[in-house]
Amino acid sequence: MAEIQIKNVAKNFGGYQALHDIDLTISDQEFMVLLGASGCGKTTLLRIVAGLETATTGEVWINGRRVDHLPPKERGIAMVFQNYAVFPHLTVFENIGFGLRMQKMPNDEVKRRVERCASLMHIEQLLKRYSGELSGGQRQRVAVARALAMEPDVILMDEPLSNLDALLRLEMRAELKGVLADSKTTAIYVTHDQVEAMSLADRISVMHQGRIVQAASPIEVYRNPAAEFVAGFIGNPPMNFLRAEAAGAGKWSVAGQTVDGPAASGPLQYAIRPEDLRLSDQGLPARVKLVEPLGAHLQVTCDVDGTAIRAVLDSDLTLKPGDAIHLAPQPDRVRWFDPNTTKAVQ
Amino acid sequence: MNARLLPYLLILPVTLFLCVFFLYPFILVAQQAFSNGGEASLQNFRDVIGYWKFPISLRNTFLLAIIVVPIQLALSLLMATMVSKMKKGRDLVLYVWTIPLGISDLAAGIIWLAIFEQSGFLNSMLAGVGAVDAPVNFLSYQNTFIVFLAIMLAEIWRATAIMLVIIVAGIGLIPKEYYEAAEVFGASPWKRFVKITLPLLRPSLQTALILRVVLAFEVFAVVAALGGTLFPVLMGEIYSYQFDLQNGGNAAALALIVLGISLAFTLIILRALRVPKGATI
Ligand SMILES: Nc1ncnc2c1ncn2[C@@H]1O[C@H](COP(=O)(O)OP(=O)(O)OP(=O)(O)O)[C@@H](O)[C@H]1O
Ligand SMILES: [Mg+2]
Repeated sequence: MAEIQIKNVAKNFGGYQALHDIDLTISDQEFMVLLGASGCGKTTLLRIVAGLETATTGEVWINGRRVDHLPPKERGIAMVFQNYAVFPHLTVFENIGFGLRMQKMPNDEVKRRVERCASLMHIEQLLKRYSGELSGGQRQRVAVARALAMEPDVILMDEPLSNLDALLRLEMRAELKGVLADSKTTAIYVTHDQVEAMSLADRISVMHQGRIVQAASPIEVYRNPAAEFVAGFIGNPPMNFLRAEAAGAGKWSVAGQTVDGPAASGPLQYAIRPEDLRLSDQGLPARVKLVEPLGAHLQVTCDVDGTAIRAVLDSDLTLKPGDAIHLAPQPDRVRWFDPNTTKAVQ
Repeated sequence: MNARLLPYLLILPVTLFLCVFFLYPFILVAQQAFSNGGEASLQNFRDVIGYWKFPISLRNTFLLAIIVVPIQLALSLLMATMVSKMKKGRDLVLYVWTIPLGISDLAAGIIWLAIFEQSGFLNSMLAGVGAVDAPVNFLSYQNTFIVFLAIMLAEIWRATAIMLVIIVAGIGLIPKEYYEAAEVFGASPWKRFVKITLPLLRPSLQTALILRVVLAFEVFAVVAALGGTLFPVLMGEIYSYQFDLQNGGNAAALALIVLGISLAFTLIILRALRVPKGATI
């Protein structure tokens, strides 16, 4: 049982407000991914949970116990550092076994755990080496293995796979997910790779400028972004936005077309995902600017009413720049945002 | 410019300087040590080693080194750890602690003499509080232990700072992230010192220890000021061969013996604190 509660946590670095009012509960055995652009405060939040940084205000609770005044080692956590922090003077074996040695675990148990975690991370042949003799990706896997070997209640991982090649990352991702599920570990996993976030997370917390903008399941974050930032951050390519003017009750004018929308006043942002646009006889009038064949499909950048809109279309289509087309949105996938609050409007 | 030759060209001036002012005199000294009446011989070494004061001065020098250097090492590690944990006033404390470095060893010996001699501070203080009736002569042949203690104190006071500055610099080079990782993985402050600081400090410890040990075998002025002839050490013997006995050959031979001892200890320290390949920060 290890539930993590982050209550009203804020962090101020000598005048710079790195975190504002973070409120987040991560349930027992949940895999929570923190996703956000560089500098948004992911590492800072993780370090506060770990106890390496003290929050300016707010509380951290783990497993029903307030821990913000406890040193890291009394919090029942293990951590993978963004910069690895693999000890240079110890071999890979002793690095992975470091925490176990601190607990005075018997030698054969240390050996068993180290070897298991090393083989999980595919570094079993490196156990005798020093970190100066490892590649960046190998060092990173040592850092992950060191945390796994602790078999902690809570594991905090700061971009643990960022330095691996695509294939290895895919494999490690699956291994991690499996191991952590088996060991019933609660995980906070930081990444700025949204594919990774989607594939691993039970829930994703999207962070922006020191705030959590949305914390929800991957599909919810993808389908129903709570704010314009989330819509523009998640998805590759991200959501398209068009300006919508009020045109009567529940009617909105978008790029010269009248569409149904929420009952609200003032201009709104009309948002649609590129893959939810179809080539059609009617719909948004668009002029093709750029055609990018991506194999599985065709990514087309068009000009719609002066705004660049991307659409992901069938790869059999023959389009070329300058073509005048119509893009029909799938109606139930259209989302609306208030440009003043940047929040979603139902 | 040929890139392979350039480095050698750049170190040429220093090499020449060293050759003229160090290597050449060294060869002269060696020549003097290994010759007797114009022919090659080991007679100087036989004389020096056979002299009755040699074992005593050798023992005294070693005793001083073996007691003083570990105390200095422990002290400088403690002081360096304290300094590197300070947020404010760190530089000031470091300056104050390194003041003795700026004082010559003879001056340091005289300062401590002023404390321990019969009319010195210690005696006035003891008399002032009524602990003694008449001033005691601490630095006499009846009190060889106190002589030794005084020399030890003076040496510690004078030369700990040299290790301190090297170790402070070394600790500053250890990235903070290793301490954080150790902390997360359950290492207590003492364990962090033993498992992170000490091993990562090996290169600095090497430098500090070599410097300090070599200096310990060269101890002279402090001993001369405080102990006079009560506490013979190797360097003092070289001095008296050269200037009292006017025997340059014997002086040179003993100097080479001290050099040999220093070299041996340097090699031992280098070996003991060796950092394996690939294990550097
Ligand atoms: N010790 C510090 N002192 C001052 N500012 C800091 C400190 N640590 C972090 N910051 C600032 O806080 C903000 C958040 O930093 P943080 O390291 O949490 O970002 P991040 O989301 O982990 O970014 P990245 O994805 O690049 O790792 C940054 O703007 C950073 O400059
Ligand atoms: Mg970070």
